[in-house]
Amino acid sequence: MTNSIGELEKDANCIFVIGSNTTENHPVIGMKIKKNVLQNGARLIVADPRRTDLAKIADVYLPHLPGSDVALVNGMMNVIISEGLADLDFIAQHTEGFEEMAALVAKYTPEFVAPITGVPAEDIRKAARLYAESGNSAICYAMGLTQHRTGTDNVKSVCNLAMLTGNIGRPGTGVDPLRGQNNVQGACDMGGLPNVFTAYQAVTNDATQEKFEQAWGVSLPSQNGLVLTEVINKAHHGDIKALYVVGENPMMSDPDLVHVEDALEKIDFVVVQDIFFTETAKCADVVLPSACFAEKDGTFSNTERRVQRVRKAVSAPGEARVDWEILCEVATRMGYPMNYDNSEQIFEEIRTLTPSYAGISYQRIENGGLQWPCATEEHPGTPYLHKDGNFSRGLGAFTAIDYIAPGELPDENYPLRLTTGRSLFHYHTGTMTRRASALNEHVPTAELEVNPEQANALGIANDDMVSVSTRRGRLEMKAKVTDTIAPGVIFTTFHFTETPANLLTSSEFLDPTAKIPEYKVSAAIVEKI
Amino acid sequence: MITLTINGKEVQTPKGSTILEACQQAGIPIPTLCYDPDLRLAGSCRMCLVEIKGRPLYAASCVAPAENGIVVETESPGIVAARKVILELLSARHNFNCQVCEKNGNCKLQDYCYQYGVKESRFNYGEPTNYPINDPNPFFERDYNKCIMCTRCVRACEDISIVRAISVENRGHHAKISTAFDGNLTDSPCVFCGQCVMVCPTGALTSKVSAGLGRSYEVDKVLTTCSYCGTGCTLELNVKDDRVVGVTSNRTDTGSPVNKGALCVKGRFGWDFINSPERLTTPLIKENGEFRKASWDEALDLVAKRLGEIKTEFGADSMAVFTSARVTNEENYIAQKFTRAVLGTNNVDHCARL
Amino acid sequence: MIEEKRIVLRNADLIDPEKIEDYLLAGGYQGLEKARSMSSPDLIAEIKKSNLRGRGGAAFNCGLKWSFAPADAPVSYVVCNFDEGEPGTYKDRIIVQKDPQSLLEGMAICGHAVNSKQGYIYCRGEYPYVVDLLNRAIDQARGKGVLGDFDIEVRMGGGAYVCGEETALIESIEGHRGEPRIKPPFPGVAGLWAQPTVVNNVETFTNLPSIVLNGAEWFAAIGAPNYPGTKVLTLTGDVTNRVSIEVPTTATLREVIYDFGGGIKEGKKFKAVQVGGTSGGFIPESLLDTPIDFDSMRGIGATLGTGAVFVMDETRDIVDITTRIAKFFEHESCGKCNPCREGTFRAYEIMKKINQGQASVQDIENLTILSQVMEKACLCGLGQAAPSPILTTLKHFYPEYQARLQLN
Repeated sequence: MTNSIGELEKDANCIFVIGSNTTENHPVIGMKIKKNVLQNGARLIVADPRRTDLAKIADVYLPHLPGSDVALVNGMMNVIISEGLADLDFIAQHTEGFEEMAALVAKYTPEFVAPITGVPAEDIRKAARLYAESGNSAICYAMGLTQHRTGTDNVKSVCNLAMLTGNIGRPGTGVDPLRGQNNVQGACDMGGLPNVFTAYQAVTNDATQEKFEQAWGVSLPSQNGLVLTEVINKAHHGDIKALYVVGENPMMSDPDLVHVEDALEKIDFVVVQDIFFTETAKCADVVLPSACFAEKDGTFSNTERRVQRVRKAVSAPGEARVDWEILCEVATRMGYPMNYDNSEQIFEEIRTLTPSYAGISYQRIENGGLQWPCATEEHPGTPYLHKDGNFSRGLGAFTAIDYIAPGELPDENYPLRLTTGRSLFHYHTGTMTRRASALNEHVPTAELEVNPEQANALGIANDDMVSVSTRRGRLEMKAKVTDTIAPGVIFTTFHFTETPANLLTSSEFLDPTAKIPEYKVSAAIVEKI
Repeated sequence: MITLTINGKEVQTPKGSTILEACQQAGIPIPTLCYDPDLRLAGSCRMCLVEIKGRPLYAASCVAPAENGIVVETESPGIVAARKVILELLSARHNFNCQVCEKNGNCKLQDYCYQYGVKESRFNYGEPTNYPINDPNPFFERDYNKCIMCTRCVRACEDISIVRAISVENRGHHAKISTAFDGNLTDSPCVFCGQCVMVCPTGALTSKVSAGLGRSYEVDKVLTTCSYCGTGCTLELNVKDDRVVGVTSNRTDTGSPVNKGALCVKGRFGWDFINSPERLTTPLIKENGEFRKASWDEALDLVAKRLGEIKTEFGADSMAVFTSARVTNEENYIAQKFTRAVLGTNNVDHCARL
Repeated sequence: MIEEKRIVLRNADLIDPEKIEDYLLAGGYQGLEKARSMSSPDLIAEIKKSNLRGRGGAAFNCGLKWSFAPADAPVSYVVCNFDEGEPGTYKDRIIVQKDPQSLLEGMAICGHAVNSKQGYIYCRGEYPYVVDLLNRAIDQARGKGVLGDFDIEVRMGGGAYVCGEETALIESIEGHRGEPRIKPPFPGVAGLWAQPTVVNNVETFTNLPSIVLNGAEWFAAIGAPNYPGTKVLTLTGDVTNRVSIEVPTTATLREVIYDFGGGIKEGKKFKAVQVGGTSGGFIPESLLDTPIDFDSMRGIGATLGTGAVFVMDETRDIVDITTRIAKFFEHESCGKCNPCREGTFRAYEIMKKINQGQASVQDIENLTILSQVMEKACLCGLGQAAPSPILTTLKHFYPEYQARLQLN
């Protein structure tokens, strides 16, 4: 997030939520947005193919078709430019590339965009005006925006929108990705990515490489590595011989599970380190038991870049050990001794190599955490980025982005758009929540959400068992007939090992930059059983 | 600043303060039941009554403005008598089975009855309260025989969760916390975040997941960060005998900067996977398609040996590590360091995209 | 013998309440016209000077109350409390039924004083036919244009006694559960939809046209100096004439009961009178020479309140009546504050026990301490006044309680 969670409750005068079912997936942030809207009078725009809880209280609800985000945002920008609502001073002083972007957006009139998105032109105008004219407007998005072949385009589009109206660099403005995992921010910050060390220092940068080589006392590879989806694809071709998985469950979370399973089978040696015997562990050669969050010390970095303490409360069960200890043991046995007394010692090493974390220490975050960038021990942390329109790269770059249709559009054989997501009561691959007694009792199975019109046409009633099929596979589950989903779109969750939704999704269409799969659109067919 | 006299002592307080706030600043304890600084004020339990010289009525200090020059008594005989009557009235409708109550030792009604010496109620006239305890939701118990109608739950649902699943139905003594049409919570807009459980001062709302596992005075509370979504809510793991037995909220600004005690259903009630019998407890090695238990030394040696062999035979880039958005920063750092420095490849990624 | 003095009932039975023309011929809306020729502060000062005190129950100086509303508020409201929920009270209904335009004029005068453009009449749920009459009257007034830019809407209550309390009434208009709010803020500062709101009773509003027209001095000279003017009273119970009357506030209870009420029915003896509705205190024979004005009544532990005068003859069972009253409060407590919610319930249970002859002295002691705490500790007037019948009957008619105690 460029800005802080608390600003969504107090400082934002208008919030544009796109591709985020916030009250289900980030419930506490959802509460704050609701509070701002219902009690403080903030305005709310929601773009989502599902009429989410937030959509129900929105000033403008845009039920756009999955995959039409770029067209929708371009449409809004078209209105803002043509109605003179753009912040020309901000654009002139703090950005570049406006003309190219404006030239491209010129054709995206609301009337042009309406048939692509399924949203009435007038609603696009209303949304554009509300976003541009409310004072401090914030954008919140989640995987509904990013899990497309055009995920990077989608994100750049909302950045365009924020810059176009100068909604950046002040409390209550900004572009706020609501990140899905407790420490996905931290995993990225720590260099758990194939192209960067900690704090996004490129592995291809000579000076950086030298710095880390010096610190670690080894020579380091200087070419970008493979992203996760590429690893699976390469494994499929037999080019990956060993895979070490720490607390991930690709056999539930990755697209096209048959493809994933084939890939894992082709890998000579698979190690899985986890707290449960996951679907992925079944494919492993060695499974190592690890400690869960309650059993270890450390830090998580949340979606607003706040580094907070994780504290050990209880011992790990049996012989389970914390993940870093296990990895250090393997490293040491491979001839590279890695010895740390505790997690704080590791954190101290991180600080020395990570400029944005340099000022953060366990002592400083004992009470309340700190938001990076935090360069020195005196730095108070950074609640919002790009203060006064000062972008880290200098000028904020507009990008002219054309709409590209999803990779797999409905056709005669697969006439519906399947989109996937999470339920309030479960979490990701269900590893934890399926074993949390109350949550699993409350929501024990997946359901397929179908619009009443659609259901009627297919002869499906609420609670009927249906099959849902894509080119990858077929699942059976109960139908939930609900008018909160648009006709032509169906939805299910991917938490349940009995009905693993990613059996249906495709690994074929990856975003060219982020390599993110298009989870949110798969052509599908539903039949009553 | 304004000046008022409390219990014979001059107290200064900012203009706009309530008498209760003035008392708190002056270190004068005032009992409260319905008062909650995070919620809209109700002024309804009347425990915080004080006497203001020259005024015929007692004032509820949580809502009464501190005015310049007023003379306040917080424990006058009249006030103490009134508080006793109020506690006895609440006692008369409250099912005092403290010996089996989850909230024993952490109950404001219990504390104040003890403090004011209310051993039994003079007002046990009429039928005792007898509401059925039958809400089938798996998250928390609703026992309105212990409810004192402070409405903190209603206000938390309205002001923190912004859900409004519950309200007050009926009037007078028959008033009761209820969903629309008094149905089950599962048929209401309730999202089971348990903010109501957090603010309940008695045993009316208690976690079913924690039931019987430990009272507040038996547990240590360890402040940590929730391991579900990326919001980064802080929560307290309640620990008894090296076992997590519940989750509670820390509601301070420093202890809970993101969520100020608010949690969602997963954070508050989804913790018992920690104690699941399905947890992995020993290393496992697959042999002939079957897993068998192994010692750490055996497993680690095998991993180190195989990775070393593959590196030699196929090169570093034939290997990859999936680190995790679930584990700590320190562990992610170690994982990428391991990948780069030990395996010698940049093939490290995690599920940021998934 | 004291005579009636009609101010609010000046047109009663002299005009057709369905015809605004009649009201206009009788001098109607001249008060409003005059008020509008005055500045708001002058008008408020004039009403203050008249010393008109609220006729709803609390007897607050009307002009003073208006002066609390901020003069520069962009939106403010005038609300008429026509909830008249006290058993035995029907004076507001009589006033409105006989002369609805007078109420509208009074509200419009108030609207000018506090710079409000919108009035609401909150009418008791049991008076649907009066709502119809009022709506017709408002239509006629709009048709004639006499209200100018001031408009009035009628809202109907749902039958809750507590909605006679002004903040509960406001909650009810807003569509919420009828529960009193905490004060401050008072409605004058933040009332209906959080805007400055003046709430007055029907009788208060209907006094205004005459006061404005005849001047503050004229009004201040009528009746008791500290509570000038008249009071509309409704006589019920064991009195020969069950009538409604309007008398100067100097009249005594004895004059009201014997001169207007014609004394006790069937030649029986007087036992007690309860003034001001269900929450009023019980008054014995020895105090009948007390004048009815608010302060004199308060001096004897009674309330003038809504002007209900409920007379009981010698055959009445005080304990039984008090038990029924306790039941009424148990039923009507909204349940918000603890001493009223639980206190009214337990008080009724104790009264039942006494009434059934099963109580001990200890039970009466418990009842007494409970009642004393409720008077001082409850959140709103309902709970504060609910113990009044119990405490006054215990004081003045203790032998009747004693006779009911268990012999032990």
